Amino acid sequence: MHSPTTLLDPTAELQPSERQLLPRLSSIAGATIGLLDISKPRGKEFLDEVQKHLEQAGATVKRYTKPTFARIAPTELTQQISVECDAVIEGLAD
Amino acid sequence: MVLSTEKHQLEQLLPAKTEHKLSVTNHRNPFLNQDTANNNSTHYALVVKKDCPTCALIEPVIKSLADHSALSLKVYVQDDPSFPANLSGVIDDSTLEYSYQQGIEIVPTLIRFKDNSEEESRIFGWEKKQWQSFTGIDKLGAELIEFKPGCGSKTQDPGMEEVLALRFGGQGLQARTVELAEAEDIMEACYDRGWSDGLPVVPPTPLRVMRMLKGCSRDAAEIIGNVPPDNVPCSIEKIAINAVMAGCKPEYLPLVIASVEAALQDRFCMHGLLCTTYFSSPVMVVSGPITKQIGMNSGLNALGQGNRANATIGRALQLLIRNVGGGVPGGIDRATMGNPGKYTYCFAEDESDEDWASLAMDRGFERRDSVVSLFAGDGLQAILDQQSRTAASLAKSMALSLRSVAHSKLFGLADAILVVCPEHRRVFRESGWSKEDLRKALYEELMTPGSEIIRGAAGIAEGMPKKFKDKILNKFRDDGLHIVTTGGTAGMFSAIIGGWVAAGERGSQIVSQKL
Repeated sequence: MHSPTTLLDPTAELQPSERQLLPRLSSIAGATIGLLDISKPRGKEFLDEVQKHLEQAGATVKRYTKPTFARIAPTELTQQISVECDAVIEGLAD
Repeated sequence: MVLSTEKHQLEQLLPAKTEHKLSVTNHRNPFLNQDTANNNSTHYALVVKKDCPTCALIEPVIKSLADHSALSLKVYVQDDPSFPANLSGVIDDSTLEYSYQQGIEIVPTLIRFKDNSEEESRIFGWEKKQWQSFTGIDKLGAELIEFKPGCGSKTQDPGMEEVLALRFGGQGLQARTVELAEAEDIMEACYDRGWSDGLPVVPPTPLRVMRMLKGCSRDAAEIIGNVPPDNVPCSIEKIAINAVMAGCKPEYLPLVIASVEAALQDRFCMHGLLCTTYFSSPVMVVSGPITKQIGMNSGLNALGQGNRANATIGRALQLLIRNVGGGVPGGIDRATMGNPGKYTYCFAEDESDEDWASLAMDRGFERRDSVVSLFAGDGLQAILDQQSRTAASLAKSMALSLRSVAHSKLFGLADAILVVCPEHRRVFRESGWSKEDLRKALYEELMTPGSEIIRGAAGIAEGMPKKFKDKILNKFRDDGLHIVTTGGTAGMFSAIIGGWVAAGERGSQIVSQKL
């Protein structure tokens, strides 16, 4: 039998109790955006197009590739992206 | 893991809620006389547990009561509904809901109700004559011994009170509840929500918070003030939640509350202290009997790790300011470096020398008072002196080191705590000095011609403004140097806790709060 774990909020309750997303970029211009190819067929062509649009908007784009779409990205790769980029776009679909 | 243990414990303690209604009037026992069958019968409820030898002793009494035509009896059993043997209609109270609602403390308890279902009277344990007169049955239990005291009700098991209060008490915890997803790790969940100072916190479950609140007699909903920087009203309950997370025991709670009250005193200037780019943060010095009562460390390694009370009480205040006040590093907290004491910085005074005043006594309290003092301070600077055998030499030695607070050429800017180790205190005492004598000697020793410390003097640009060139200045404001004793008995190592460079009315002054 599973019963959900309940905690009492230690905060001033000024924020929603759900986990919050990290702050979004206020502007793409000047930012370094990573594009992560998850190794699905034709991902490259799609991301080439995305890159073009991002560069037109003033972003610097860096490209990364996951070894296989079936597994989560290796820690080394996520760390590399977090150090080198302000934001990342990960392609999820075919 | 901690929580799953707690859940396990809860499930072990309390089987899933049963559906039976607890009103004494709507339970029908086909084997007993009921109000519908006999309006003249007197209604009784009996609460027993099989594990109780007294309950076992009176098993035949229970049966004869149940069979008696002139009374209507409901039997509630706390641990095993097969008890009493061969009696039908026994009500399983293993959830303890009925026992809790009736305030049962001892089993067996026999309650007699008026016609309107209100309790008329109750007896507990076994005393033959009392049971006979209470039930009006002359020969009841005639074959049994005269007297046998009862046992504790399962509602009185250790820790059960809060479990039952949470489950059935409708008690008044008001904090928002946060329900975790099934796949969430409970420790990680606390990190993910930003509740931690970087170290693991004890997950604040309602049960833990209930138990924490038992550590004080104050109303959980009481608001004790507004916590900076967001100036959010803070309840005793929020303090208890953060005390749980910090790892406090319930008996620490009064001290944690007092420390929050101290931090909220206007003279302490908690808001400014939190925002500063300087190192400082609250340093907590605890004096008086409470330090021994809750096992604080004022001996070996008193300012170090290893003592739960020292560690968690200081941390509770920091977590509260983070979580309730919203004071987060990189947000309102703008410290250039901070200091390790921003996790926790709390210690007890050594008060083994009756003739050496405690910090609390210096601040107008008495030895018997338990007092927490907060000082806006930084890390620790050592004063090593293994050669001084006279008070005069040692005082000069300490004064020399004290000059370095903030900067050797900046005077009147920062307060300080001088932490005198027991061996150095012994040197003063053997010279016949009191703490006041030491304070006076330090004051005199720290008087300095402005010309030596103005900007540019000694080839150093930093220093006091040039207008002080012809003045005599003291390193510390009046009431800016505080003296405490703590630490182990071996080692001629005293210490300085330098203060925030916004000392006095323009910034922070030491504050004390009696428990």
